[in-house]
Amino acid sequence: MPILLSRRALVITSALVGFSATVGAADPLKIGVIASYSGAYADYGKQMDGGMAVYLAETGGTLAGRPVTFIRKDTAGPAPDLANRFAKELIIRDKVDLIVGLDFSPNAIAIAPVLTEAKVVAVVMNAASAVIPSRSPYIVRTSFSVSQVSAPMAQWALTQGIKQVSTIVSDYGPGQDAEKAFHAAFKAGGGTITNAMRVPLSNPDFSAYVQRLKDEKPDAAFIFFPSGDQPTAFMRNFRERGLEATGVKLLATGEATDDAFLANQGEDPAGLITSHHYSFAHPSPRNVAYTAAFRKIVGEMRPSYMSVAAYDGLALIDAALKKTGGKTDAPTLIEAMKGQTLDSPRGPITIDSVTRDIVQTVYIRKAQRVNGQMVNVEFDAIQAVQSPGVTP
Amino acid sequence: MIRRFLEPLAWAGVAVAVFWGLPDRLALVTHLTTLALFALSLHVVVGLGGILSLGHAAFFGLGAYTVGLLALQGWTEPLTALLAAGIIGAVAGLAAGSVLARLRGLPALMVTLGLGLLLHEAALRLPGLTGGEDGLSGLETAPIFGSFAFDLWGKTAYWYALSVLAAAFWCVSRLEVAPFGVSLRALHDNPTRLHALGIGQTARVQTAYGISGALAGLAGGLLTQTTQFVSVEVFSFHRSADVLVMLILGGVGRRYGALLGPVLYGVLRDVLADWHPAYWGAGLGLALMAVVLLAPQGLLGLRWPWARANPERVELPATTHLHK
Repeated sequence: MPILLSRRALVITSALVGFSATVGAADPLKIGVIASYSGAYADYGKQMDGGMAVYLAETGGTLAGRPVTFIRKDTAGPAPDLANRFAKELIIRDKVDLIVGLDFSPNAIAIAPVLTEAKVVAVVMNAASAVIPSRSPYIVRTSFSVSQVSAPMAQWALTQGIKQVSTIVSDYGPGQDAEKAFHAAFKAGGGTITNAMRVPLSNPDFSAYVQRLKDEKPDAAFIFFPSGDQPTAFMRNFRERGLEATGVKLLATGEATDDAFLANQGEDPAGLITSHHYSFAHPSPRNVAYTAAFRKIVGEMRPSYMSVAAYDGLALIDAALKKTGGKTDAPTLIEAMKGQTLDSPRGPITIDSVTRDIVQTVYIRKAQRVNGQMVNVEFDAIQAVQSPGVTP
Repeated sequence: MIRRFLEPLAWAGVAVAVFWGLPDRLALVTHLTTLALFALSLHVVVGLGGILSLGHAAFFGLGAYTVGLLALQGWTEPLTALLAAGIIGAVAGLAAGSVLARLRGLPALMVTLGLGLLLHEAALRLPGLTGGEDGLSGLETAPIFGSFAFDLWGKTAYWYALSVLAAAFWCVSRLEVAPFGVSLRALHDNPTRLHALGIGQTARVQTAYGISGALAGLAGGLLTQTTQFVSVEVFSFHRSADVLVMLILGGVGRRYGALLGPVLYGVLRDVLADWHPAYWGAGLGLALMAVVLLAPQGLLGLRWPWARANPERVELPATTHLHK
């Protein structure tokens, strides 16, 4: 038995040696990335890496004049216990200056106590649960929260004379966040919720829910499902049962027409009205340059909202480091990040100085074909939307 | 007889060596210790009783949430909280065992699978209690004996987790040679014969599930205490499946396999993931296939030149009299 054990020690030691070899160059900024690089969500890590690569290409590979070393850790989807251990190892062993990435909410929440104890700043580049920045004083978010993009849809619907809405959401954290934010905003504006339905997260059959919509005939239906196949499945069902003809409008958040999937969804999303903070087709010279640079570096893949959040995450770190004169200790750095305003490819964004959450424009878009490509065309916007999350 | 003292000493030496030699890998070792305890709990039913389980995360999750919910209520003393996790796991194991003991083979496997999925779904449906996918965070754990606080470097957590694993491992070792353990083994090898001998199966399997549930509950509790976090992911199917893979990798039916499997799986995953964050899965898959093809009995099932044939395996002498 001791023989086996010493083998195990050997394996661990060799890993350690292999790792220390990556350290070099003149005082590089070490950034730990906790994201999904394998499995069903491998694209998430790819999008984030792409967004960060675009930013570094603009600055010549440096942040505030320092070269950057990334140490990537793969959680392969939601794996809070792994994320927690990775955060500890990145801080203790690799001595990173910052942690970025964090595509899934449980992963971001699980590392919060480690960040607080070790005093290390983390930039959340996707995880969208409302509570995340409140869980540690050293968390800042450059992506969005589900609540933040759901409430504007309710406000916009009210301006269109929509008075009665049924909501259908996936029964999990983000779905419940979306439902809560939409209901609150819609009722505050004098609207009525006809029916609030929750569907199971995995393999739902939508026909019964669509039939109920048909019977109730509200002015509109608001849906939230995780991006991927489910929104398409719902829309197909909605069409097949002829709900469009009965005048029920379909509203959703941008997850339903995620740029990463939109190109492969055929005609099903056409005409769907969604609210989100970033569209691949956002008409600004800044975004045109961004998407071109992304495609040049990563390939034909469309940059999604995740890549933009990663791009802005590095921009935020860059700006904050310039302000602190290169100091990376968490209290100083987080203070420098608070209140920063950046010119993002999605439009202007600000880091709220109290909640450390992002304040940004939420766009109302319609899915349609432009030059043969299915894209989200923005036609209305609600400026400076706060994340109605939790204040610390 | 000498082995009795030599072995614990050797292990203690290894523990100290890891502590001093790899001070920045303690988080990994602690994590693997938790998984080893979980694998050990599965060993009691799979290895000894020969009853496959695909829902063991149910007991693990209950233990994890017991500690989490107690911490939220302000009960942060680690030892009593962990004990509570073990008790809850045992109660759940006995309850599940009352049904599972009446089934064998595939039906039993299906019920364990159903049990795991059921608890996972229930936890998802009760976000007020479990925190849903977001989980419960900021869970405090008080210092052990009021003086050893859990630190960022994981020194306390390392010794704490190792001590719990060592105690559990000793108990399982004793269990294997006790009449109860031997009769479980007999149940595995030849249930008909056991039945003919007039030895009841139902109560034995149920008790095995109770013991296994207690150990899984302890493992879950340890995970919560060492990560200060718990979410419904502790109930997930992949956790049940992973632990079974680890046990098979180490060698089913051997308690040392329950230690070796998680360590090998965890270290391999970590080394490969450091090598390449995206393609480590391919490397791990190849390694697993190689092990299963070259060592179908698990790594400890190989005839190592320095090992006696199946040293941990307790062979039943033909004349053994089993007492009920």
